[in-house]
Amino acid sequence: MTDTIVLDEPLDTFEEQALPATRVRGYWQSVFYRLRHDPVTLAFAAIVLLIVWAAIFAPLIAPFDPYKESIVGRLKPFGWRGHMLGTDELGRDMLTRLLYGGRVSLLMGVVPVLIASLIGGMLGVVGGFAGGRTNTAIMRMMDVFYAFPSVLLAVAIAGAMGGGMANGMLALTLVFIPPMCRVAETATTQIRSLDFIEAARATGARTTTIIRYHVLGNVLGPVFIYASSLISVSILLASGLSFLGLGVRPPIPDWGLMLSTLRQSIYVVPLVCALPGVAIFITSICCNLVSDGLRAAMGVRM
Amino acid sequence: MGKYILRRVLYAVPIAFGVSVVCFSLVYIAPGDPLQTVMPPDATAETIAIVKHAYGFDKPLPVQFLIWLGRVVTGDFGMSISTRRPVILEVSQALSNTALLAMFAVPIAFFIGYVMGAVAGSYAGSWIDRVVTGAAVVGVSLPNYWLGIVLVILFAVQYMLLPATGMGPHGSTSFDLLQWSNAKFLVLPVITLAMIPIGILARTTRAAVAEVRNQDFVQTLRAKGLTEWAVTRHVLKNSLPQVMAVMGLQFGYLLGGSILVETVFTWPGSGFLLSKAIINRDVPVLQGTILTLSLVFVTTNLIVDLLQSLVDPRIRRA
Amino acid sequence: MRTGLPLDPRDRGGLQQPMLIARDLRKHFPVKGSGKSVQAVDGVSFTVGKGETLGIVGESGCGKSTLARLLLHLVTPDRGELVFDGDAVGAPEGIAVGALRRQVQMVFQDSYSSLNPRMPVRDSVAFGPFVQGKKKDEARHIARDMLSRVGLDPSLFGPRYPHELSGGQKQRVNIARALATGPRMVILDEPVSALDKSVEAQVLNLLRALKRQFNLTYVFISHDLNVVQYISDRVLVMYLGRVVEIGPIDAIFERPLHPYTHALLASRPSMDPAKRIDEPPITGDPPNPIDPPSGCRFHTRCPFAEAVCEAADPVLGPWEGMQSHVAACHIHDPHSGHSRFGNA
Repeated sequence: MTDTIVLDEPLDTFEEQALPATRVRGYWQSVFYRLRHDPVTLAFAAIVLLIVWAAIFAPLIAPFDPYKESIVGRLKPFGWRGHMLGTDELGRDMLTRLLYGGRVSLLMGVVPVLIASLIGGMLGVVGGFAGGRTNTAIMRMMDVFYAFPSVLLAVAIAGAMGGGMANGMLALTLVFIPPMCRVAETATTQIRSLDFIEAARATGARTTTIIRYHVLGNVLGPVFIYASSLISVSILLASGLSFLGLGVRPPIPDWGLMLSTLRQSIYVVPLVCALPGVAIFITSICCNLVSDGLRAAMGVRM
Repeated sequence: MGKYILRRVLYAVPIAFGVSVVCFSLVYIAPGDPLQTVMPPDATAETIAIVKHAYGFDKPLPVQFLIWLGRVVTGDFGMSISTRRPVILEVSQALSNTALLAMFAVPIAFFIGYVMGAVAGSYAGSWIDRVVTGAAVVGVSLPNYWLGIVLVILFAVQYMLLPATGMGPHGSTSFDLLQWSNAKFLVLPVITLAMIPIGILARTTRAAVAEVRNQDFVQTLRAKGLTEWAVTRHVLKNSLPQVMAVMGLQFGYLLGGSILVETVFTWPGSGFLLSKAIINRDVPVLQGTILTLSLVFVTTNLIVDLLQSLVDPRIRRA
Repeated sequence: MRTGLPLDPRDRGGLQQPMLIARDLRKHFPVKGSGKSVQAVDGVSFTVGKGETLGIVGESGCGKSTLARLLLHLVTPDRGELVFDGDAVGAPEGIAVGALRRQVQMVFQDSYSSLNPRMPVRDSVAFGPFVQGKKKDEARHIARDMLSRVGLDPSLFGPRYPHELSGGQKQRVNIARALATGPRMVILDEPVSALDKSVEAQVLNLLRALKRQFNLTYVFISHDLNVVQYISDRVLVMYLGRVVEIGPIDAIFERPLHPYTHALLASRPSMDPAKRIDEPPITGDPPNPIDPPSGCRFHTRCPFAEAVCEAADPVLGPWEGMQSHVAACHIHDPHSGHSRFGNA
């Protein structure tokens, strides 16, 4: 018995406990902290906000009417008679059309991702938490849609339904649901096996309560980051659909559609015709970089 | 091992089945009567009834599906409405043209993307890394069809070096690679097509290499006295499975997603066929093309999965 | 056991009735692909008296953690039954699993994964009472009270996240969480195994103090014999899913009956340099729980194994009340035919 530990010390008093030296921030606070000190991401986020703002306030800041055609003023270069960025093949002002086009393109970029996150996220959490056959059934269904390359699926659905903005958004939403579902399911499955979920079950909590308080908070991070990275893809795909004539119909301005209609005119004013693509590119790359910055700030590895 | 292969192959079968269900139902989600897609608009009621029966539109949906499936499995995709040729011929010819593009785009994308990513990952954090990563992000954010247009503007309009559209002189569809007069048509489409995969591969490779480098076994290798080059070889070998997975996806993606690039360059491939079919509402061609392309994608994924499990024994899941 | 303490208002049978009776619990986990299964718990029976601490000892893979989860029905047993304070668990006329969980709670081993990383610690503790019907304010109040009882200042520690706490502090939070719902019995699955020795001592003392304060019954699972010796009143030794020995703490440690217990005790490294061990007291690797040896599961490593050991399963000796000291070994079974009977 001489080898055993013999202890009967009193409980430690509060002073003896080791506390971290400074008040460490909570999770979201540390995320904001890291973002605040990341000038690159902030700069690109500012550009994105600028683009969004310009799109929202297009009617107020645009110099011309986006639908006003002019037979004389067709395909004019930069700076011709007050048209800072030239005119398109029907004589309409490019700057105005670009500003208005931003509305459609941004809408078609963001809305499908939002809806797909909600639906796909829900399916993924349900499947991941339920496990077993429910999970297998859901993921198998997703696998079928995964079997299509995204461009093909988007084109097929939008094409079959006859084009138009709503159909395009629907097609894109369907394309994004499987990956969102998969991300949510992976995150949920990882959490589900951790002890604190078992502890929560041990208190007798209902499944919905556990999901609401314990699962969602942990799943939201990866889902949010993945969704933000999908926005740039969505903008590209949406403009691609419009380029093929499967998005909005003329004369509504849309960057992809504008690229398509201006294509024949590249021999005349090449710079003007390349402009819509520049807009798509800038928007897409800024969203991409902001998403990367968010990922770094949230410390999640995909 | 053999069991794994068998299981993986068997798993692809219900997926293929699901794919065919989706393809079949594309026709039915379209607005309007599917009958309109195969009938001229001014047909009489009698003709409509006859055609309806001939196509089986008067039967219940699952039966129609099975009939369609039966025909498809034997290679009968029906007749193209616009050209009146068998769909299977059109699709196979178009697919071979697309495959021609992919054949060049894939190795180029893989080589450039992998090297870029490997270099960036090996020098993680340095300016090389930042340049490469920046280039990769650009590649992924560019609309590739726009790049095509820009390249056309530069090389075909301004400098007249390369042709703007088409697959061969005088719009011919046969091809002799060894002639520059033919091969020059390949250059721009291939570059355009390869751009996004290069970006994605560079990113993935960089991440994989950087991650593997940080693992403990790399330190062990150095402690054993290997040269830096030998260590790098080990790192690259270990990062290969992740990259391969992505590459396989990209290949299938190229086949399926070439529609935009082919439209820009009027390259008579499967993507171009698809966009024509959409404009003309040529449903048999639409169904046939989508089905073929997605099945190719499924098969490619299957092959890549199996190859991956050969390279990385950890992946052989139960 | 403890006399003189007031009975809990939920008590149903008085001090003589055992708090928990486990009978022939069995849980096998099927292995995908082959027809076999991991025989994690294979016919375990024991009794836990009110107010005592039952220590459960065994090496990794012996089934302790599975057993812990079976006791709370976090895992449903394939066979066997549990009787809590006289009521059969899960039976229509007995006590429902939900009601069981209001009276029995668990402290987990891995302090890292046992707390939600995205929740401040006080919310994790308050979750239990909240789920069991208390309003949010009340639950928070209980949480604050519990945190101070485990020695953590609630205003300092309450709003913190798990990653800001040390291992010992996290385990205190776990204990607070388990006690927040007011259980009568607590199952502790290796609660100090991941802690440094000095912190381990503090947490053990805390557990003892809390047991007195709240009139608790403990089932304490550990692979560390010293810890078990310090805190338990009785000990149960497990090997490969089966009980090999049960008895009061002193009896087990001074006069172990089963060769496995004996080997475990002998393999404790000593703090006294004069006592050096020349040979390992136990050889070989623990066998695979998927394909356990026939007969007595320990016979492949037992220095006293004979033919009967491979042929027949030993049974626990005759049970004569809570202070009995019995082992499942042919050496102590008069009918086994083992040559060493009578002089082990």
